[in-house]
Amino acid sequence: MITLSHYIVLGAILFCIAVAGLFINRKNVIVLLMAIELMLLAVNTNFVAFSRFFGDVGGQVFVFFILTVAAAESAIGLAILVLLFRNRSTINVAEIDSMKG
Amino acid sequence: MNTDLLQLICFYFFGAVAVLGGLMVITVKNSVHAVLSLVLTFFSMACVWLLAEAEFLAIALVVVYVGAVMVLFLFVVMMLDIKQEAVREGFIRYLPVGIVVAVVMLAEMLAMIGVKAMHAHTLGPNPAGDSNVAWLGQALYTEFLLPFEIAALILTVGIVAAVALTLRQRTGVRHQSASQQVAVNAADRVRVVKVAVERPASVNPAPVVVPPQENAP
Repeated sequence: MITLSHYIVLGAILFCIAVAGLFINRKNVIVLLMAIELMLLAVNTNFVAFSRFFGDVGGQVFVFFILTVAAAESAIGLAILVLLFRNRSTINVAEIDSMKG
Repeated sequence: MNTDLLQLICFYFFGAVAVLGGLMVITVKNSVHAVLSLVLTFFSMACVWLLAEAEFLAIALVVVYVGAVMVLFLFVVMMLDIKQEAVREGFIRYLPVGIVVAVVMLAEMLAMIGVKAMHAHTLGPNPAGDSNVAWLGQALYTEFLLPFEIAALILTVGIVAAVALTLRQRTGVRHQSASQQVAVNAADRVRVVKVAVERPASVNPAPVVVPPQENAP
Protein backbone atom coordinates (compact mmCIF):
# COMPACT_ATOMS: atom_id res chain seq x y z
CA MET A 1 0.00 0.00 0.00
CA ILE A 2 1.45 3.34 -0.98
CA THR A 3 1.31 5.74 1.93
CA LEU A 4 1.63 9.50 2.11
CA SER A 5 5.17 9.25 3.44
CA HIS A 6 6.31 7.36 0.34
CA TYR A 7 5.56 10.40 -1.80
CA ILE A 8 7.00 12.89 0.64
CA VAL A 9 10.23 10.94 1.08
CA LEU A 10 10.60 10.65 -2.69
CA GLY A 11 10.07 14.40 -3.00
CA ALA A 12 12.62 15.07 -0.26
CA ILE A 13 15.21 12.84 -1.95
CA LEU A 14 14.75 14.60 -5.30
CA PHE A 15 14.94 18.00 -3.61
CA CYS A 16 18.20 17.10 -1.88
CA ILE A 17 19.66 15.81 -5.15
CA ALA A 18 18.80 19.17 -6.70
CA VAL A 19 20.45 21.05 -3.82
CA ALA A 20 23.59 18.94 -4.21
CA GLY A 21 23.48 19.71 -7.94
CA LEU A 22 23.39 23.43 -7.20
CA PHE A 23 26.52 23.03 -5.07
CA ILE A 24 28.66 20.84 -7.29
CA ASN A 25 27.76 22.37 -10.66
CA ARG A 26 28.27 25.98 -9.76
CA LYS A 27 29.98 26.84 -13.04
CA ASN A 28 27.41 25.58 -15.50
CA VAL A 29 24.29 27.72 -15.75
CA ILE A 30 22.37 25.12 -17.74
CA VAL A 31 22.77 22.47 -15.05
CA LEU A 32 21.80 25.07 -12.44
CA LEU A 33 18.56 25.73 -14.31
CA MET A 34 17.94 22.00 -14.57
CA ALA A 35 18.51 21.60 -10.82
CA ILE A 36 15.87 24.28 -10.23
CA GLU A 37 13.46 22.36 -12.45
CA LEU A 38 14.20 19.25 -10.39
CA MET A 39 13.40 21.15 -7.18
CA LEU A 40 10.09 22.32 -8.60
CA LEU A 41 9.29 18.73 -9.56
CA ALA A 42 9.97 17.57 -6.00
CA VAL A 43 7.74 20.29 -4.55
CA ASN A 44 4.99 19.46 -7.04
CA THR A 45 5.13 15.82 -5.95
CA ASN A 46 4.42 16.93 -2.40
CA PHE A 47 1.49 19.01 -3.60
CA VAL A 48 0.03 16.11 -5.55
CA ALA A 49 0.41 13.69 -2.65
CA PHE A 50 -1.18 16.02 -0.11
CA SER A 51 -3.97 16.96 -2.50
CA ARG A 52 -4.77 13.28 -2.88
CA PHE A 53 -4.46 12.65 0.84
CA PHE A 54 -6.72 15.48 1.99
CA GLY A 55 -9.08 15.21 -0.96
CA ASP A 56 -8.56 18.90 -1.70
CA VAL A 57 -8.44 20.04 -5.31
CA GLY A 58 -6.46 23.16 -4.39
CA GLY A 59 -3.18 21.26 -4.31
CA GLN A 60 -3.51 20.02 -7.86
CA VAL A 61 -4.62 23.44 -9.09
CA PHE A 62 -1.54 24.87 -7.45
CA VAL A 63 0.66 22.33 -9.24
CA PHE A 64 -0.96 23.51 -12.46
CA PHE A 65 0.05 27.11 -11.73
CA ILE A 66 3.55 26.09 -10.68
CA LEU A 67 3.97 24.29 -14.01
CA THR A 68 2.85 27.45 -15.81
CA VAL A 69 5.22 29.74 -13.95
CA ALA A 70 8.09 27.26 -14.26
CA ALA A 71 7.61 27.03 -18.02
CA ALA A 72 7.66 30.83 -18.36
CA GLU A 73 10.66 31.02 -16.03
CA SER A 74 12.72 28.51 -17.97
CA ALA A 75 11.83 30.17 -21.27
CA ILE A 76 13.03 33.56 -20.01
CA GLY A 77 16.04 32.00 -18.29
CA LEU A 78 17.16 30.27 -21.46
CA ALA A 79 16.63 33.49 -23.43
CA ILE A 80 18.87 35.31 -20.96
CA LEU A 81 21.38 32.47 -21.26
CA VAL A 82 21.46 32.75 -25.04
CA LEU A 83 21.92 36.50 -24.76
CA LEU A 84 24.71 36.02 -22.22
CA PHE A 85 26.50 33.49 -24.37
CA ARG A 86 26.19 35.75 -27.41
CA ASN A 87 27.75 38.70 -25.59
CA ARG A 88 30.32 36.98 -23.38
CA SER A 89 30.93 33.66 -25.19
CA THR A 90 30.79 31.80 -21.90
CA ILE A 91 28.23 30.32 -19.53
CA ASN A 92 30.69 30.06 -16.68
CA VAL A 93 29.10 31.73 -13.68
CA ALA A 94 32.48 32.72 -12.26
CA GLU A 95 33.27 34.82 -15.33
CA ILE A 96 29.95 36.65 -15.35
CA ASP A 97 30.88 39.26 -12.79
CA SER A 98 30.60 42.53 -14.68
CA MET A 99 28.21 43.93 -12.06
CA LYS A 100 30.80 43.28 -9.33
CA GLY A 101 28.16 42.01 -6.97
CA MET B 1 -0.80 -10.77 -6.64
CA ASN B 2 -3.04 -8.15 -5.11
CA THR B 3 -3.30 -4.61 -6.48
CA ASP B 4 -1.75 -2.85 -3.51
CA LEU B 5 1.47 -4.81 -3.70
CA LEU B 6 1.66 -4.24 -7.44
CA GLN B 7 1.20 -0.50 -6.94
CA LEU B 8 3.91 -0.48 -4.31
CA ILE B 9 6.32 -2.31 -6.61
CA CYS B 10 5.55 0.15 -9.42
CA PHE B 11 6.07 3.07 -7.04
CA TYR B 12 9.47 1.80 -5.93
CA PHE B 13 10.52 1.09 -9.51
CA PHE B 14 9.52 4.51 -10.86
CA GLY B 15 10.88 6.26 -7.79
CA ALA B 16 14.22 4.50 -8.15
CA VAL B 17 14.42 5.42 -11.83
CA ALA B 18 13.56 9.05 -10.98
CA VAL B 19 16.24 9.25 -8.29
CA LEU B 20 18.78 7.62 -10.58
CA GLY B 21 17.91 10.07 -13.34
CA GLY B 22 18.22 12.97 -10.92
CA LEU B 23 21.65 11.80 -9.83
CA MET B 24 22.71 11.52 -13.46
CA VAL B 25 21.48 15.06 -14.18
CA ILE B 26 23.89 16.57 -11.69
CA THR B 27 26.87 14.29 -12.32
CA VAL B 28 27.20 13.50 -16.03
CA LYS B 29 29.85 15.33 -17.98
CA ASN B 30 27.91 16.02 -21.14
CA SER B 31 25.13 18.62 -20.90
CA VAL B 32 23.05 16.86 -23.56
CA HIS B 33 23.13 13.67 -21.50
CA ALA B 34 22.10 15.70 -18.44
CA VAL B 35 19.05 17.03 -20.29
CA LEU B 36 18.11 13.54 -21.44
CA SER B 37 18.46 12.25 -17.86
CA LEU B 38 16.16 15.02 -16.72
CA VAL B 39 13.64 13.87 -19.32
CA LEU B 40 13.86 10.37 -17.82
CA THR B 41 13.30 11.80 -14.35
CA PHE B 42 10.25 13.76 -15.46
CA PHE B 43 8.83 10.72 -17.18
CA SER B 44 9.25 8.54 -14.09
CA MET B 45 7.74 11.19 -11.87
CA ALA B 46 4.77 11.44 -14.24
CA CYS B 47 4.28 7.71 -13.67
CA VAL B 48 4.49 8.27 -9.90
CA TRP B 49 1.84 10.98 -10.20
CA LEU B 50 -0.31 8.54 -12.13
CA LEU B 51 -0.06 6.18 -9.16
CA ALA B 52 -1.43 9.03 -7.03
CA GLU B 53 -4.29 9.26 -9.52
CA ALA B 54 -3.41 12.77 -10.66
CA GLU B 55 -3.89 11.84 -14.30
CA PHE B 56 -4.27 15.28 -15.79
CA LEU B 57 -1.15 16.64 -14.14
CA ALA B 58 0.86 13.56 -15.12
CA ILE B 59 -0.07 14.03 -18.77
CA ALA B 60 0.51 17.77 -18.49
CA LEU B 61 3.96 17.07 -17.05
CA VAL B 62 4.83 14.88 -20.01
CA VAL B 63 3.36 17.24 -22.60
CA VAL B 64 4.50 20.56 -21.15
CA TYR B 65 7.80 19.57 -19.60
CA VAL B 66 9.11 16.72 -21.71
CA GLY B 67 7.49 18.03 -24.86
CA ALA B 68 8.21 21.72 -24.62
CA VAL B 69 10.57 22.83 -21.86
CA MET B 70 13.06 19.98 -22.17
CA VAL B 71 13.14 20.33 -25.95
CA LEU B 72 13.87 24.02 -25.42
CA PHE B 73 16.70 23.06 -23.05
CA LEU B 74 18.05 20.56 -25.56
CA PHE B 75 17.86 23.16 -28.30
CA VAL B 76 19.81 25.71 -26.27
CA VAL B 77 22.40 23.16 -25.11
CA MET B 78 23.04 22.05 -28.66
CA MET B 79 23.08 25.60 -30.00
CA LEU B 80 25.62 26.91 -27.53
CA ASP B 81 29.16 25.73 -28.04
CA ILE B 82 30.15 24.96 -24.47
CA LYS B 83 33.61 23.96 -23.45
CA GLN B 84 33.06 21.08 -21.08
CA GLU B 85 36.36 21.37 -19.26
CA ALA B 86 35.88 25.01 -18.32
CA VAL B 87 32.45 24.53 -16.79
CA ARG B 88 33.48 21.31 -15.05
CA GLU B 89 36.35 22.76 -13.07
CA GLY B 90 35.65 22.85 -9.34
CA PHE B 91 33.42 19.79 -9.60
CA ILE B 92 35.64 17.67 -7.37
CA ARG B 93 36.32 20.58 -5.04
CA TYR B 94 32.66 21.25 -4.29
CA LEU B 95 31.60 17.60 -4.35
CA PRO B 96 32.09 16.94 -0.60
CA VAL B 97 30.28 20.14 0.33
CA GLY B 98 27.36 19.26 -1.92
CA ILE B 99 27.09 15.73 -0.58
CA VAL B 100 27.30 16.85 3.04
CA VAL B 101 24.68 19.56 2.59
CA ALA B 102 22.33 17.23 0.71
CA VAL B 103 22.68 14.38 3.19
CA VAL B 104 22.21 16.62 6.21
CA MET B 105 19.19 18.25 4.61
CA LEU B 106 17.68 14.89 3.72
CA ALA B 107 18.21 13.63 7.26
CA GLU B 108 16.55 16.74 8.67
CA MET B 109 13.64 16.44 6.29
CA LEU B 110 13.11 12.78 7.10
CA ALA B 111 13.28 13.53 10.81
CA MET B 112 10.72 16.26 10.34
CA ILE B 113 8.44 14.13 8.22
CA GLY B 114 8.60 11.33 10.72
CA VAL B 115 8.54 8.35 8.39
CA LYS B 116 7.37 5.94 11.05
CA ALA B 117 4.53 8.13 12.23
CA MET B 118 3.20 8.90 8.79
CA HIS B 119 3.51 5.38 7.52
CA ALA B 120 0.04 4.66 8.80
CA HIS B 121 -1.56 7.27 6.54
CA THR B 122 -2.69 5.50 3.43
CA LEU B 123 -4.06 7.67 0.70
CA GLY B 124 -7.64 6.50 1.03
CA PRO B 125 -10.34 6.66 -1.63
CA ASN B 126 -9.85 8.90 -4.61
CA PRO B 127 -11.63 12.22 -3.94
CA ALA B 128 -11.88 12.97 -7.64
CA GLY B 129 -14.34 10.17 -8.29
CA ASP B 130 -14.26 8.89 -11.83
CA SER B 131 -12.69 11.80 -13.64
CA ASN B 132 -9.67 13.67 -12.39
CA VAL B 133 -9.96 16.12 -15.27
CA ALA B 134 -13.55 17.02 -14.43
CA TRP B 135 -12.62 17.47 -10.78
CA LEU B 136 -9.72 19.73 -11.61
CA GLY B 137 -11.52 21.65 -14.34
CA GLN B 138 -14.53 22.29 -12.12
CA ALA B 139 -12.31 24.01 -9.57
CA LEU B 140 -10.14 25.73 -12.14
CA TYR B 141 -12.97 27.44 -13.96
CA THR B 142 -15.03 28.45 -10.95
CA GLU B 143 -13.02 28.94 -7.79
CA PHE B 144 -9.65 29.64 -9.39
CA LEU B 145 -10.78 31.58 -12.46
CA LEU B 146 -8.82 34.75 -11.69
CA PRO B 147 -5.52 32.92 -11.03
CA PHE B 148 -6.14 30.99 -14.24
CA GLU B 149 -6.40 34.26 -16.19
CA ILE B 150 -3.28 35.57 -14.47
CA ALA B 151 -1.45 32.39 -15.50
CA ALA B 152 -2.37 33.13 -19.10
CA LEU B 153 -1.03 36.65 -18.65
CA ILE B 154 2.22 35.27 -17.21
CA LEU B 155 2.66 33.00 -20.21
CA THR B 156 2.10 35.96 -22.55
CA VAL B 157 4.69 38.00 -20.67
CA GLY B 158 7.04 35.02 -20.94
CA ILE B 159 6.64 34.85 -24.71
CA VAL B 160 7.14 38.58 -25.17
CA ALA B 161 10.15 38.65 -22.85
CA ALA B 162 11.84 35.67 -24.52
CA VAL B 163 11.37 37.15 -27.99
CA ALA B 164 12.39 40.65 -26.92
CA LEU B 165 15.54 39.38 -25.20
CA THR B 166 16.83 37.26 -28.05
CA LEU B 167 15.83 39.57 -30.90
CA ARG B 168 18.73 41.51 -32.27
CA GLN B 169 19.04 43.95 -35.11
CA ARG B 170 22.44 44.03 -36.69
CA THR B 171 23.39 47.06 -38.69
CA GLY B 172 25.27 46.94 -41.95
CA VAL B 173 23.88 43.60 -43.01
CA ARG B 174 22.21 43.25 -46.39
CA HIS B 175 19.35 40.87 -46.26
CA GLN B 176 16.16 40.35 -48.13
CA SER B 177 13.04 41.94 -46.75
CA ALA B 178 10.33 39.44 -47.57
CA SER B 179 7.48 41.75 -46.64
CA GLN B 180 8.73 44.46 -48.95
CA GLN B 181 9.27 41.92 -51.70
CA VAL B 182 5.76 40.61 -51.40
CA ALA B 183 4.17 44.03 -51.11
CA VAL B 184 5.76 45.41 -54.25
CA ASN B 185 3.54 46.64 -57.08
CA ALA B 186 4.14 45.56 -60.64
CA ALA B 187 3.59 49.12 -61.78
CA ASP B 188 6.48 50.32 -59.58
CA ARG B 189 8.99 47.96 -61.15
CA VAL B 190 8.13 47.92 -64.84
CA ARG B 191 7.65 51.12 -66.78
CA VAL B 192 6.19 50.88 -70.24
CA VAL B 193 7.57 53.54 -72.50
CA LYS B 194 6.29 54.46 -75.88
CA VAL B 195 9.10 54.40 -78.44
CA ALA B 196 8.67 55.51 -82.01
CA VAL B 197 8.81 52.59 -84.42
CA GLU B 198 11.97 52.41 -86.50
CA ARG B 199 12.52 49.94 -89.25
CA PRO B 200 16.04 48.55 -89.47
CA ALA B 201 17.70 49.51 -92.71
CA SER B 202 19.24 46.14 -93.55
CA VAL B 203 16.19 43.96 -93.37
CA ASN B 204 13.75 46.05 -95.16
CA PRO B 205 15.38 48.79 -97.13
CA ALA B 206 13.36 51.83 -97.17
CA PRO B 207 12.28 52.97 -100.55
CA VAL B 208 14.20 55.82 -101.81
CA VAL B 209 11.97 58.69 -101.80
CA VAL B 210 13.08 61.65 -103.61
CA PRO B 211 11.78 64.58 -101.78
CA PRO B 212 9.98 66.86 -104.04
CA GLN B 213 12.06 69.75 -104.99
CA GLU B 214 10.76 72.80 -103.45
CA ASN B 215 11.12 75.86 -105.36
CA ALA B 216 13.64 78.08 -103.90
CA PRO B 217 12.24 81.33 -102.94
